[in-house]
Amino acid sequence: MKRLHFKAALLSLAVVVALTGLLLGVRLEQQGTSLSLSGATPDVLWKMAGAGLFIFLFNLLRDWIDAARGRLPALPGVPGGISQLSELVAVRRLFWCFVIAAAIVFPFFANRGAIDLATLVLIYVMLGLGLNIVVGLAGLLDLGYVGFYAVGAYSYALLAMYFQVGFWTGLVAAGALAALFGFLLGFPVLRLRGDYLAIVTLGFGEIIRILLNNMTWLTNGPNGIGGIDKPTLFGLEFNRRAAEGAQTFHEFFGIAFNTNHRVMFLYLLALALVLATLFVINRLLRMPLGRAWEAMREDEIACRALGLNPTHIKLTAFTIGATFAGFAGCFFAARQGFISPESFTFIESAIILAIVVLGGMGSQLGVILAAIVMTVLPELAREFNEYRMLLFGLLMVVMMIWRPQGLLPMKRPHLELRT
Amino acid sequence: MSQALLEVSGLTMRFGGLLAVNNVALRIDKGQVVSIIGPNGAGKTTVFNCLTGFYQPTSGSVRFQGEEVSGLPGFRIARKGMVRTFQHVRLFKEMTAVENLLVAQHMHLNTNFLAGLLKTPGFRRSEREAMQLAAYWLEQVDLLDVANRPAGTLAYGQQRRLEIARCMMTKPSLLMLDEPAAGLNPKETDDLKALISLLRDQHAVSVLLIEHDMKLVMSISDHIYVINQGTPLADGTPQQVHNNPDVIKAYLGEA
Repeated sequence: MKRLHFKAALLSLAVVVALTGLLLGVRLEQQGTSLSLSGATPDVLWKMAGAGLFIFLFNLLRDWIDAARGRLPALPGVPGGISQLSELVAVRRLFWCFVIAAAIVFPFFANRGAIDLATLVLIYVMLGLGLNIVVGLAGLLDLGYVGFYAVGAYSYALLAMYFQVGFWTGLVAAGALAALFGFLLGFPVLRLRGDYLAIVTLGFGEIIRILLNNMTWLTNGPNGIGGIDKPTLFGLEFNRRAAEGAQTFHEFFGIAFNTNHRVMFLYLLALALVLATLFVINRLLRMPLGRAWEAMREDEIACRALGLNPTHIKLTAFTIGATFAGFAGCFFAARQGFISPESFTFIESAIILAIVVLGGMGSQLGVILAAIVMTVLPELAREFNEYRMLLFGLLMVVMMIWRPQGLLPMKRPHLELRT
Repeated sequence: MSQALLEVSGLTMRFGGLLAVNNVALRIDKGQVVSIIGPNGAGKTTVFNCLTGFYQPTSGSVRFQGEEVSGLPGFRIARKGMVRTFQHVRLFKEMTAVENLLVAQHMHLNTNFLAGLLKTPGFRRSEREAMQLAAYWLEQVDLLDVANRPAGTLAYGQQRRLEIARCMMTKPSLLMLDEPAAGLNPKETDDLKALISLLRDQHAVSVLLIEHDMKLVMSISDHIYVINQGTPLADGTPQQVHNNPDVIKAYLGEA
């Protein structure tokens, strides 16, 4: 039954008028020391009227639009043959080998900007994979994940500043310190469930950022820490001239100095870290611990009845997730050479969580794809920078309607019983 | 008299003004099947929850193998060998049948993080043995052919059996079943009875049973406790309980 939704259309129109009227219709202008209110230009008013009309008609003719949409051809599904093929272990291995090989040769053919962007993507992949353990596998909603990222970054930066620690030692220390923070925070917090856990972790993330901002004597406060050492390759630096007692990469191999070498090296390093993360997570999934996470997510009470210690199991998920954030943070600090509390605001947590949700909770390939989408799209659409949050919101709404389970929903490796 | 496997005395559970369990005493010896019966809402499941650490009893003592366990968290009690099922099936529905059994072995497995990461021989052996034990119990409960199916897709009777098998993976000495026959057809109830006998006779497991199916209770129990409105009403052999006028009155109401 198609009918005109007159009431709903009027209501939507009223909302549009109220919103645009307040946001765009009036402007505050400064005249000397006082402020004055002025109306919008006719141009803006016409646009507002257009938007109002569109919303009004859309709601009025909703039934017809829905019907028309129903007649659109459905998205083509994956052909049966291919989906069967992807079940085969050998084909999967081959696929992953190709992806990894492509990722390794990529920097030798791409330009500097692309490599830089790819490195950023890899950082987000690592963060996404780490948070995926906590949210996707263990089912604990963590909104303060960026706190551990900050701990990792600042661990390396501070150690480098005060004790001249190198990148590789710093990497281990950053992972360990982030794990320690995850463990300490997890202890009191993991008694909470669901929304309460989300709120407390959110608070924790903010506490870390504010501490970093205010402990000026240690962290230099909002000014941040600069001049952080870049990673070295077995002691070989990627500079034009070596620091005292060190050797540079191009001298050692007898090639001309090229600033691209460092960018490529950073990319390959990030790739190695991501591959290590993937390896660890894949092993974890097949370990008793991974199974316990899954079971805990499904039914905590049954787990307790079977003698599994819920606190212990959740704590491991929290700690391991935090460790990867620590690694990512250390790499981030080394790549940027400069960090400040600005880089670790709540919006980062939200983006990482969006990556996990967008990719499909628990799905690793999904997280990788989502990290690419969430990092590359804003770069490509630089001119829409002001509307970035709007686009994120739109993307999320579309996802919830179209694929609530994420881009690539998780397919867990099931252990098979063979007789 | 030898030491009882489980000895409960003066168990009381109070929720605010409601006295849900009042001064209940139980005794289970090794190799016995003991049942708790009583009308709906009598507090049978509350007794279970108190014994297994899901509730902290207001007062009373629970001695398991001579050791006081009341007040311990649930998972510790389970690790001591006192494992329960639930009135409603609580399987890990997304996981396959065999994975459900593997999770339950968690406390017996090699959970060393590095061992699993590097797949050391010790870790592989531990996993292989877990798989074998799971396969053995799947065969015992006749679920071998659905081993790789998600537990949520199994038929109700199969889910019930899988839940019992899952408990057995923890190698318990006392198995506590909360209405295991609820929702089963007569044939499945007979199978359940055979399974409980098998557990008792061949695997040296004692069973504490809450059940409404009187045919099952009367035929399998060594001892029966009757609870009414949280208070112990009677106990004895099936024959004694069957003929007890108080029990008949509690079940059927005053004549």
